[in-house]
Amino acid sequence: MLSLIVFWPALVAVALSVVPARAGTRVFAGAWFATGLVQLGLVAVVWAGLPATGYGSVERLAWIPSAGVSYHLGVDGLSLPLLALTAVLFTATAVYTLRGIARPKGFVLLFLALQAVSAGLFVALDLILFFLFFDLSIVFMYFVIAGWGTGAPARRAALTFFLYTFLGSLALLLGFILLALAGPRFTFDIPALAAQNPLADGGAYAGLTLLVIGIGLAVKTPLFPFHTWLPPAHTEAPAAGSAILAGILLKMGTYGFVRIAMPLLPASWRQFALMAVVLGVVSVLWGALVALAQTDLKRMIAYTSVNHMGYVLLGLGAAGLVAGSGEQARTLATAGATYQMVSHGLITAALFLLAGSLHERGHTYDMTAYGGLATRIPRFAGLFAVAAFASLGLPGFSGFIAEFQIFAGALGAVPVATVIAVTGVLITAALLLLAMGRMLPGEVRVPDAPGTPRPFPDLGARELLAIAPLLMLATVLGLLPRALLDVIEPAARSVNDLVAR
Amino acid sequence: MPSTVPGAVLLALLIGLPTVAGAALLVARPARGATAAGVTTAAATLAVAVAAAVTRPASEVALLAGVRAGFAVDGLSAVLVVLVAAVLLAALVVAAAEPDLRTGRFHGLMLIFAGAMLATVTATTLPVLLMAWEVMGAMSWALIGYRLDDRAGTRAGTVAFLTTRAADLGLYIAAGAVLAGGAGTMALADLPGLDGGWLHLAVAGVVLAALGKSAQLPFSFWLSGAMHGPSPTSALLHSATMVAAGGYLLLRTAPALDVAGWAAPLVAWVGVTTALVLGLVAAVQDDLKQLLAASTCSQIGFIVLAAGAAATQAGALQTVAHAAVKSLLFLVAGLWLATLGSHSLTGGLRGAARRHRVLGAAFSVGAFALAGLPPFGLWVGKDAVLAATPAISPVLYVTGLVAGWTAAFYAGRALWLVWRPAAGPVTGSRPSRLPRPAVATTVVLAVAAAAAGLLALGPAPLRPQPAPQTWELAVSAVLAGIGVLVARRYAERVPAPGLLMRWLDLEELAQRGLARPVLVLAGALARVDDHGLARVPAGAARATARLATLVTAHGERGVDRAVAGIADGARALGRAARRPQTGQLHQYYAQASVGFALLAALAVLVLVVR
Repeated sequence: MLSLIVFWPALVAVALSVVPARAGTRVFAGAWFATGLVQLGLVAVVWAGLPATGYGSVERLAWIPSAGVSYHLGVDGLSLPLLALTAVLFTATAVYTLRGIARPKGFVLLFLALQAVSAGLFVALDLILFFLFFDLSIVFMYFVIAGWGTGAPARRAALTFFLYTFLGSLALLLGFILLALAGPRFTFDIPALAAQNPLADGGAYAGLTLLVIGIGLAVKTPLFPFHTWLPPAHTEAPAAGSAILAGILLKMGTYGFVRIAMPLLPASWRQFALMAVVLGVVSVLWGALVALAQTDLKRMIAYTSVNHMGYVLLGLGAAGLVAGSGEQARTLATAGATYQMVSHGLITAALFLLAGSLHERGHTYDMTAYGGLATRIPRFAGLFAVAAFASLGLPGFSGFIAEFQIFAGALGAVPVATVIAVTGVLITAALLLLAMGRMLPGEVRVPDAPGTPRPFPDLGARELLAIAPLLMLATVLGLLPRALLDVIEPAARSVNDLVAR
Repeated sequence: MPSTVPGAVLLALLIGLPTVAGAALLVARPARGATAAGVTTAAATLAVAVAAAVTRPASEVALLAGVRAGFAVDGLSAVLVVLVAAVLLAALVVAAAEPDLRTGRFHGLMLIFAGAMLATVTATTLPVLLMAWEVMGAMSWALIGYRLDDRAGTRAGTVAFLTTRAADLGLYIAAGAVLAGGAGTMALADLPGLDGGWLHLAVAGVVLAALGKSAQLPFSFWLSGAMHGPSPTSALLHSATMVAAGGYLLLRTAPALDVAGWAAPLVAWVGVTTALVLGLVAAVQDDLKQLLAASTCSQIGFIVLAAGAAATQAGALQTVAHAAVKSLLFLVAGLWLATLGSHSLTGGLRGAARRHRVLGAAFSVGAFALAGLPPFGLWVGKDAVLAATPAISPVLYVTGLVAGWTAAFYAGRALWLVWRPAAGPVTGSRPSRLPRPAVATTVVLAVAAAAAGLLALGPAPLRPQPAPQTWELAVSAVLAGIGVLVARRYAERVPAPGLLMRWLDLEELAQRGLARPVLVLAGALARVDDHGLARVPAGAARATARLATLVTAHGERGVDRAVAGIADGARALGRAARRPQTGQLHQYYAQASVGFALLAALAVLVLVVR
C-alpha cells in the first residue's frame, strides 16, 4: 500500500511523459490533481488502519543485503501526519497550477517526481532509502527553481540551494555510515538500529555521529547559521515551488531529527539536547528579527520559516532533557514539535501561494508598492489576513496548538531559553501586522506598468480552491487538535521513551 | 467534574452560537441582512447566557496530553456571561444606526469578539482561557482598524494588539510554569497550590497578562488609540470585553495572588494608581471619546484593586456597574458623532444634550453614575471595593477616594459641557432622525446604570464582603457631589498640562524604548545575514574554485614532473641494464668468473657462520 502511495505519482509521471507537450496545462495539471486526490484517498486508508503502537502498513524486501540495505517502508504517528500533509499540499499546488504555467509538461512531471520522493522519505524505514529520497528531492527542486524561476538570479539561487543542501546531505550520508558501522551487525535499518541502540553509551564516536547527522539535517531545516540558502531560493522559485519547498522539503530536516537523530542516538541527544535548544532559540529570534526587517514579501515569509522551525528544535531539545522535566511535559514538547511541522506546512504554503498570486498581478514582491488591497481585492486581503494571523500563532489556528505545547513542555526543563523564545511570538505578530498595515488598508495603490493601468483582479476560483482548504485545515487543527494529537501522541511518547532509555 | 450532556450543549451553544454565526457572516459577507442576523444571534446568545447563568453548566473535553479544555459557569462567570451578551445586543442594535456598520464584516467580528469573551469567562483551564483571550485581541485589531481607508486606525489596532500580546506572553509562560509546578491539568483552580518558585512565575505571568489586557499602567496607552474603532465597538470593548477580561482574570485568580504574597499588594497598588492617574488624564481631555477611554482605565483600576484586596464580589459589582455606564456613554457618544460629526466637548458637542432630550437624559444618567453620585451603580460598586482596602493599607483607601473624586470631576465636566447652550448656530442633520431602537437601547442602559447599585443587595456573587459602612458611602457621596460642582466652575477652564493630555507619553516611551531599538536590531541582523552569513557559502565556493586552480597550477605540474621523473629513471635503469650485454665472449667469461667468485665467497661465509 505504501509503495503504491509513493510510486503512484511516479507512475502517472511515466504515463504522462508520452503525452505530447502541446496538450496544455489543463491536461497535465488536471492529471496531477487527480493523482493527488487518489493519493489522498490511499493515505486515508492507511490512516484508518494505523495500529495503536509501532509501525503500520509495513513493507520489507531485501535490496542490497550484503550492505545491510533493505527496502523497508512503514508509518507511525510521526510520519503519517507528514505523509498526509504531502498529499494535501501537492494536491493544492496542482489546483493552483491549473491556472496556467509556462512549459506545463516539464513542470508537472518534475512535481510528480517530487511528490513521489517526498512521500517516500516520510515512510522510509531504512537510512539509505531515506538518504536516496532526501537527495532526489534536492535534485528535482533544483530543476524547479532553475527552470521556472525568474531568469539568471534564479539559476544562481538554485545552484546555491543545490550545493548547500547537497553538501548537507553528504554529511548526512557520512553520519548514516558511522551509525551503521557502530552496531554488531552492519545494518541501515532504522527500527533495527533503534532496537540495538549501538551507541547507548554515548562518547566521542556517538557525539561525532550526531554532529554530522545534525549538520545535515540543520541545513535542510534550516537552522541558524545554515539558513542563508533559503531566502534566495524562495524569492526566485515559482509560487508552487516555494509552497512545496517550505511546506514539505523543510520538514524533511525536522522529521529527520525525530525519526533518526533522537531514537538512534539517544545518549548523545540527551547529552547535547541543550545545544539543540540553543540553536532553536537563536533560530527563533534570528528568523523573526530578520523577517521584521524585510520589505520583500517572499523573503519575509521565508525568514518566518526559520523562526517557526526554531520552535521545533526547542521542543525536541527540551524533550531530550530527561532529568529536568516530567513525562507529560516531554510528551507535550515532542507532540508540539510534530504538530508544528504539519501546521507550518499548511500555513506557509498558503502564504506563499498568496504571495505568488500577488506577484502575478503586480509583478513585484515589494510590499511598499502596494496599498489599499483590502478595498481593491478583498478576497485576497481576507485570506492573507487569515493566513497571517495563523502564521503568527493566533489561537484557533494550528500554529497556536503547536507552539503552546512546545512552550508549556519546554519551560520546566529550560525556563530561560523558553522565556526568550516566547518573545518570538510577539515579533512575528509585529512583522505580520506591519506587513498587513502596509498592503491592506489605505488608498488603493498597485504597481502599474508605465502609462497603462494593469488589470488587478481579485483571486479567482482556482486560487481560492487551492488556498482556502489549506487555511480551513489549519483552522480545524487549531480548534479540534485531538483529531491529529490522537495519532501523534503515542508516537511522541515512544520516541521520548527511546530517548530516555 | 463529570460532564453532563445538557450542560455541555448549553456551553457549546453559549460559545458556539456567536462565534460560528460570526464566522459565517465574515465569510459570506451578505449584501443585506447582516444587521438582522447579527442582532438575532446576539439576542439568542443572551437567552442562552441567562439559561447558563441559572443552570450553571460545566463540561470538559480532551485537548492536549493530560490537559483538558474545561468550561463552567460559576457565580462570577454567571454575572459576566449575562453582562457580555447583554452589552453585545445593545451595541449591535445601536450599530444599526450607522450605515457603514451594517455589514457582515462588522457584525461577524463583533460576534466573534463577544464569543471569545464568553469563552474567556467560562474557561476553567489555562489553554482555553489563553485561546479565547488572544482571539479577543485579534478581533479588537480588526475592529479598531475597521475603516479600511483609515491607515491610522490600522496602526492603532496594531499598537493595541502588540501591546496586549506583549502582556499575553505572561500567560504562555504561566502555562508552562503551571505544568512544571505540578498542576498537570492546567486548571485555573490549581494555581494557588503550585510548588515553590513556579507559583511565583505563574502568578507573575497571569498578572502581566491581566494588566496589559485591562489597560492598567504602564500599558494604558493602547486604549487611547483604540478610539479609532466604531463607537459600538468601543462600547463593547470598554465595558464587557478586552479591558473587562483583565479585571475578570485577576478576580478569578485572586486566591493565587494572595498565596504568592507579593502579588496581591502589587495588583492593588497598580489598580489604585491607575485609577488616580488616568482619572487625572480623563479630567483634562477635550475629546469625549478620549475622556471616556481614560475613565475606563481609571474605573477598571478599581476592579483590579478589588482583586488585590480579595474583594471578588465587590469587583464583580463594579464590573457590572461600570459596563452599564460605559456602554451607555459610548453608544450616546457614537450617536452624537453620527449626527453632529464631532467628539469635541468644547466644540461640536456643546449643547448636544439639548438637541435630543431623551438622549441627553440618558447621557446625564450615565454621567451621574460615572461621577459616583448616589444612588447610581458605581457609587456602590466603588465603595464596596474601597471597603476592603483599609485591611491592606489606609493609604490605598485614601488614594481610592481621591481617584473617585477625579471621576466626579471629569464626569461632571462632560455633563456641564453637553448641557451648555451651543455657542454658534446649530448645524448638521436633525437629531430627531435617530432610529428608535437605538434610542430605546440607551434608555434601557440608563435604567441599568442607575439601578446597578441594587445588585449589591441581590445575588451572592455580587453581594460585597465586607459591605461598605454607611459613613463610607456618605463620605464618597459628598465628595462626588463636590466634584461635580467644582467641575461646573472649571468645565471650560481646566488646566491642561501636555503630559496629561498625551496620556503621559506612554506610547512615545514604548516606541522609543522598545519598538525602535528592536527595529534597528532587526535591520542590523538582516545586514549581517545578507553581507555576512550569506557570503559564507559563496566564499566557500570561491575558495574551492581557487584551490582547484592552485591544484592545477602547482599540484598537477608536480605530479606531472614526478611521473616524468619516474619514466626517466626507468629509462636510465634500462640503459644501465643494457650495458653488460656487449656481445663479446671474453667479457661474458669475465662477468661469469666474478659472479662465481662472489658465490664461492658467499658459500664460505655461510659455512663459517654455521
